[in-house]
Amino acid sequence: MSNPAPRPGLAPGAPSGPPAPAAGSPAVPPMIPSTPNVLNPSSASSPSSTPSTVPVPEPAAVAAEGLAFSYGGRVALQGIHFRVEPGEIFGFLGPNGGGKTTLFRLLATLMPPQQGSLRVLGEELFGSGAGGPRQGAAARVRRRLGVVFQAPALDLQLTVRENLVHHGHLYGLRGRDLARRIDRELGRFGLADRAGDRALQLSGGLRRRAELAKALLPEPRLLLLDEPSTGLDPGARRDLWSALESLQAEGVTVLLTTHFMEEGDRCGRIALLDGGRIVAEGTPAALKDEIGGDVVTLSGPDPERLAADLAALLPALAPGAPPRTPPSGAEVAVEVRDGAVRLELDRAHERVARLAALLPGRIDAVTVARPTLEDVFLRRTGRRLDAEAADAADAADVRPDIRKERR
Amino acid sequence: MSALTPLAPLAIATLWQRELTRFFRQPSRIAAAALSPLLFWILIGSGFSSSFRLPGGPADVSYLRYFFPGVIVLVLLFAAIFSTISVIEDRREGFLQGVLVAPVGRAAIVAGKVLGGATLAWLQALPFLALAPLAGVHLTWSAVLAAAGVMALLAVALTAVGFAFAWRVDSVQGFHAVMNLVLVPMWLLSGAFFPLAGAAAWMSVLMRLNPLTYGVAALRGVLDAGSGAAASGLPGAMGPVGASVATALLALLAFGAGLLVTRGGRVE
Repeated sequence: MSNPAPRPGLAPGAPSGPPAPAAGSPAVPPMIPSTPNVLNPSSASSPSSTPSTVPVPEPAAVAAEGLAFSYGGRVALQGIHFRVEPGEIFGFLGPNGGGKTTLFRLLATLMPPQQGSLRVLGEELFGSGAGGPRQGAAARVRRRLGVVFQAPALDLQLTVRENLVHHGHLYGLRGRDLARRIDRELGRFGLADRAGDRALQLSGGLRRRAELAKALLPEPRLLLLDEPSTGLDPGARRDLWSALESLQAEGVTVLLTTHFMEEGDRCGRIALLDGGRIVAEGTPAALKDEIGGDVVTLSGPDPERLAADLAALLPALAPGAPPRTPPSGAEVAVEVRDGAVRLELDRAHERVARLAALLPGRIDAVTVARPTLEDVFLRRTGRRLDAEAADAADAADVRPDIRKERR
Repeated sequence: MSALTPLAPLAIATLWQRELTRFFRQPSRIAAAALSPLLFWILIGSGFSSSFRLPGGPADVSYLRYFFPGVIVLVLLFAAIFSTISVIEDRREGFLQGVLVAPVGRAAIVAGKVLGGATLAWLQALPFLALAPLAGVHLTWSAVLAAAGVMALLAVALTAVGFAFAWRVDSVQGFHAVMNLVLVPMWLLSGAFFPLAGAAAWMSVLMRLNPLTYGVAALRGVLDAGSGAAASGLPGAMGPVGASVATALLALLAFGAGLLVTRGGRVE
């Protein structure tokens, strides 16, 4: 790996260290003069600072343009664009069947893209017009790529340490160097005392940790995780995320897929993926700010009529500040969902009391909540993320993809 | 495809070693692979021994003796089948994906899995040579060495054939169908079970086309070296050396098939 992480302090204009969550999607990385800055006395006067070479901006960790993929007639990705900067934690949030698994398999170099361009760690895996997969590019990427699959890729008959040894060998690591790395990763994930246990004996959470330890052995620059929280209890989820955040601090780029909005919330930036398209992209906070204020849910004996009356009342209730209509045009201002009336409303806490007073006896319960990514997804697609239904669809979604890889 | 990268020897060695480690942790596999051919040999061999007479051969070649090389090939076949089922398990358990995203060419993956499975098959078949005196086969040390060599070639060939099927089949049940429809008939028509000389015309054509026939002939040749039974199983005038060369070719071809089925489907 000849690509140094950007060193804070050397280039004042450059992004330093692990970047704070960028607002919106960054376009082009800031340009840095490519000639040594000999005129700047401050850089010359610090003898301890590293070499006179000025850091070149790292290319995007991942950049996709017009990326499309289909299985026979079934379109899985329809021309998506995104860019992940080095050191980010970037999440793809969406229901199963939305294209996450396909995207993950393309990123992991398990299959070549069919259309568009995909650059991973500076290597073009497929250039539009290039006429096919680039020879050797995937092999070079793989050395710097850590992949954590949804189903842990552990050999259950082998011990944790044996799993790590074999994995290290596949990456060309051996001997004392490999042993040192294994001890480091086992320590990092609190697995040192389980090293001699067969993977079969580990709980789901511990297996995921062993899988992470395995993926980090070759010190990847980019870590890909497919649904890392699935099957983990809350404690194991917390451990996973503190591990991911400490990796980010080390400059590792983390890219994950998830259908849990709680997990999306912890990413620096997310892209909502639905029907093979990116329907929204940004920081979780920015995405949630799209929703006008709060999300109010009301239940009552006759939700349909309640919704109609509320829609009529709202303009008078909040003059000059009607609930925003979504950019997609789908009218979700007041709607009935699962037997409850749902609306998005600015300063809801001041207004719900008046609403209740205007409709005596018609409302059983009122909930006022800050918007969630679920609400953002709903507004953008008119549908729910619905983790439970997605879980059920899991098996149906994942298997065809695994089969495809062999064609 | 990126053939053998500098990492390949280490990757092959580690995948080979993994097959061995896994095998010795599952004692039921050892028993299954070793005991059923032994049972076949004793039951079928004893059952036929009074009625069998080698066509054109001396009268003293008992069926237990005729069947002996065939049983060793059967041990190799069963062991190869059992070890290549691990390809399907690796895929199902997710382990294979982890190997596929490693910076290792497919050739190294095929070599590691096939050599691992072949080593296991060979190790399981070797002890059967100790039963040779019971079959009336008198072994010299040079015959044991030659037999071990031919068995190694056969082990690679059969494991590679099993691997090529297992890579394409996505369930253990599906693999059993392949085994019953392809691999076991291949063994039945290899001269392991009955001699080519007495077979019906259409069957002898199939037997001559069956690559495994040459492997069985080679093993029969080295095991029975010097006795009259040697020539009887061989197609045409092919001697043990020619049959061994043919077996080596078969091993290479099967390995090539293993490489072929794993190609494509991802960026190399």
